[in-house]
Amino acid sequence: MATRNAERPRIRRAKASDLEAVVALDEIGTGLAKPDYWQDMFARYVRRRRTGRHFLVAESAGRVIGFVVGEVRAWEFGSPPCGWVFAVNVSPAWRERGVGGRLFDEIGLRFRKDGVEVVRTMISRADTLNLAFFRAQGLTAGPYIELERRLPPSPDNA
Amino acid sequence: MWLQKSSLFALYAVLELARAPDRQLATAEIAETYGISAHHLAKVMRTLVRAGLIQSVRGVGGGYRFAGNAARTTLFDVIQLFESLEPEVDPSLARAVGETPIGAALHAVNVEINQLALATLRSITLKSLLKYAPGRGVEATAARH
Repeated sequence: MATRNAERPRIRRAKASDLEAVVALDEIGTGLAKPDYWQDMFARYVRRRRTGRHFLVAESAGRVIGFVVGEVRAWEFGSPPCGWVFAVNVSPAWRERGVGGRLFDEIGLRFRKDGVEVVRTMISRADTLNLAFFRAQGLTAGPYIELERRLPPSPDNA
Repeated sequence: MWLQKSSLFALYAVLELARAPDRQLATAEIAETYGISAHHLAKVMRTLVRAGLIQSVRGVGGGYRFAGNAARTTLFDVIQLFESLEPEVDPSLARAVGETPIGAALHAVNVEINQLALATLRSITLKSLLKYAPGRGVEATAARH
């Protein structure tokens, strides 16, 4: 449990050994264990890192207590290059202490160095917690709308 | 969608008081700042007091002071004291919505718009809005169209 005297978290790039902690944090936050997904993310964002890809963790007393993942994407949906934040998570014991904001600010700095001026994300309408978090970082509704539909059953499966 | 006057007046008052929690303001002062009816605002203030968002201050000067938690109170929390934002079907339109494809499709569009509006209002706290209000000197990501 985090205490007032706990070491102030530092933000650093994720390393391969952080995988287990990230999987655990994500499971707490989402209720779903996704080890394969995070293995793939680590392969792409940590081991095969390239310009514009960022996987950062917040660490306190040697423990990973939060993370943020994002990437510069260009020209998808007609959008000029911008930074996308795909995931952000902070251990419940460390929430409301500015850790999420620091993670977001740090990835924003890196996006700026990558040459982009806008950061975006996508959040479920039902996810009030994360909607409020990103609003608190100053994000507002962007010029794009996510649309979707269910696909009809495949004739092969009929 | 747009908000009823009572909801807007309530937001003006709560935000004006929340941005300086140690300050107390009279109804007339808030009304003058926003160019709104002091009479209407006075009724709104009574509702806000009952909800615990503001408190009246007795004595010389009087007025109101913010009494809530700006980081935990959302715009929706204030608005829902004055109006319902949930999509409702007017009983006179029940047949159109329930028994015609066009009525049902238009109702679905209305529901979609409402859901977006509710998600937006539920996600903006008083603190967030005040932090990024124009003129506060804090850069915010603005939607570019």
